[in-house]
Amino acid sequence: MAMEILLLLGLLAAALWTVMTTRLLRSVVGLALTSAVLSIIIFRLNSPVAAVFELSVCAGLIPVIFITTISFTQRIAKSQIQERRRERFIRFFLLPVIVVVAGLALLRWLKIPALMLPAAAGETDVRLLLWNVRHLDLLGQIVILLAGAFAVVILFKEPRK
Amino acid sequence: MLSLFVSIPFLSLIVFNIPGKHSTRLALFWSAFLFIAQSALALLFSTGIINPVARQLSRIFIFKLSLDPLSLLLLLSIGVAAFAALLAGNNLFREKSQKSNFINLLMVAVIGMNATVLAADLFSVYIFMEIVAVSSFVLISIQKDRLALEGAFKYMVMSSIATCLMLVSIALIILVCGDTDFGVVASGLCAQSGNPIVKLAIGLFLCGLFIKSGLVPFHGWLPDAYSAAPSAVSVLLAGIITKVTGVYVLMRLVISVFGINPAIQNLLMLAGAVSIAFGALAALTQHDFKRMLAYSSISQVGYIILGLGCATPLAIAGAAFHFFNHTIFKTLLFINAAAVEKQAGSIHMDNLGGLSEKMPVTGATSVIALLSTAGIPPLAGFWSKLIIIMALWSAGNFAYAYIAVIFSVVTLAYFLSMQRRVFFGKLALSLESVKEAGAGITIPAALLAGITVAAGVGFFWVLDKLILPIQEILR
Repeated sequence: MAMEILLLLGLLAAALWTVMTTRLLRSVVGLALTSAVLSIIIFRLNSPVAAVFELSVCAGLIPVIFITTISFTQRIAKSQIQERRRERFIRFFLLPVIVVVAGLALLRWLKIPALMLPAAAGETDVRLLLWNVRHLDLLGQIVILLAGAFAVVILFKEPRK
Repeated sequence: MLSLFVSIPFLSLIVFNIPGKHSTRLALFWSAFLFIAQSALALLFSTGIINPVARQLSRIFIFKLSLDPLSLLLLLSIGVAAFAALLAGNNLFREKSQKSNFINLLMVAVIGMNATVLAADLFSVYIFMEIVAVSSFVLISIQKDRLALEGAFKYMVMSSIATCLMLVSIALIILVCGDTDFGVVASGLCAQSGNPIVKLAIGLFLCGLFIKSGLVPFHGWLPDAYSAAPSAVSVLLAGIITKVTGVYVLMRLVISVFGINPAIQNLLMLAGAVSIAFGALAALTQHDFKRMLAYSSISQVGYIILGLGCATPLAIAGAAFHFFNHTIFKTLLFINAAAVEKQAGSIHMDNLGGLSEKMPVTGATSVIALLSTAGIPPLAGFWSKLIIIMALWSAGNFAYAYIAVIFSVVTLAYFLSMQRRVFFGKLALSLESVKEAGAGITIPAALLAGITVAAGVGFFWVLDKLILPIQEILR
């Protein structure tokens, strides 16, 4: 239990760092760290396949795409950095406080003795589950990938001169 | 057979994009045929001429889908709106590549909408709503101008917030019910209705759907997205996309999954009434044709939600009928706005006037659409509003019934103001050379105006075959 709490606190800290830091690269590192901690939590909850997906896609592939995009950007002047840091602090300093207070309030409100959780489903092979039970969702995944491909082609392709 | 509504557009999309030389015209004709066939099939299913679970075809593509009278009405609306948007897009996009991109994205959106309407599983509904949302972001920014990109970005941010809320809600529902199938979730939520986790899950999902529907106070993105999008895309967005991903899913989940209780009813009726009032008052003050129509959409969606919140069988039928009518007349009005923008080069209403003289079809169809929106007999909009108001009155919701009536008058006021500023009055000198926008615009406009008149005049047939059967989903 202590381990779970530690991991959840780590997840919260990494997520807050991701959204509070003013540097894009640090933010990406924070995102990767958040995903890595989340994969450990998912792994400890006996979902190794989901944990592997989380680790490879969210902690691996997506940060690489972000870093590639950031490498195309330019640095701004130091004075601007200071100014934006101040603006950001004024705008967002309450965020961690709100998150913690809301979490505590929910925890208190959601303390329900009569919560009847359904029995855990038996272990199902994820491949069988995808192909036999969730094939409509699988079609959805294919279509959303196609939509993403159209988005890249339409929005990033330069017209021929 | 139901799976064909998803599989055929999907296969068409693949065929359209096989590398090699393709005819955009062929894709256009095939898409038009598909959308007409979809509307025709939905109508034939409703009249009982064809059985929707024809066994031979159902063996070919098997997805777990379900069909009821509400889904049929939606399939019909999607087919009609997609057909009208396709013709408008073909007329309004000039470059061949843009036409081709528009057809591809329209097909993606139709796959998403059809599957959303036919799915009977929360997670599947979520996935297909996302497909529609992704295609919408790209459609809005298809011409890559600054305003459109800004509109798409606002829509994307708001939509992402809605997505997060719904995803958290689905996670909580899985925690409580152990599944995402509508039937299992409905009985699971019913068994633990007093549980705060259940209340939180329903609240989060409703918030997400309010954002997607553009209901007040979550409407901020809607006028920007509608007015910044290319005209053909506005037709699709306002005509059907926000209604399927927001309003339909809200109706489906409240009726079939979350269950109707006094708290949800009060919330829906309040949101509906505030949206009616705010949308109508904001529309009164607009100078931009498309922004005025966007605020009018917020107001009309309010009527649908008000009917849903009243939750009697009559009110649900009225809400569904107003959904269909709103799809038809709002698609028509956005097509007219597109025609005006293309021919007159502006949609700022103060710069227009007297266009009826030069664009008689656009002017006449606009009158039909506005009268139907304002609820003037015998047009279709009159009957749907009458049903909603009668249901509110007979359920004892007198204050809401008064609001519905009063803001129908306000609706008439802002539309008459629009008609006077755009189509009536003296023709400006700069608009002397304006002429009708061409068959690609006038044919869908005339078709939609015809449906508005036919659904009003033939109201008792429509009521019997399409609307009253919807009441059975409450049982």
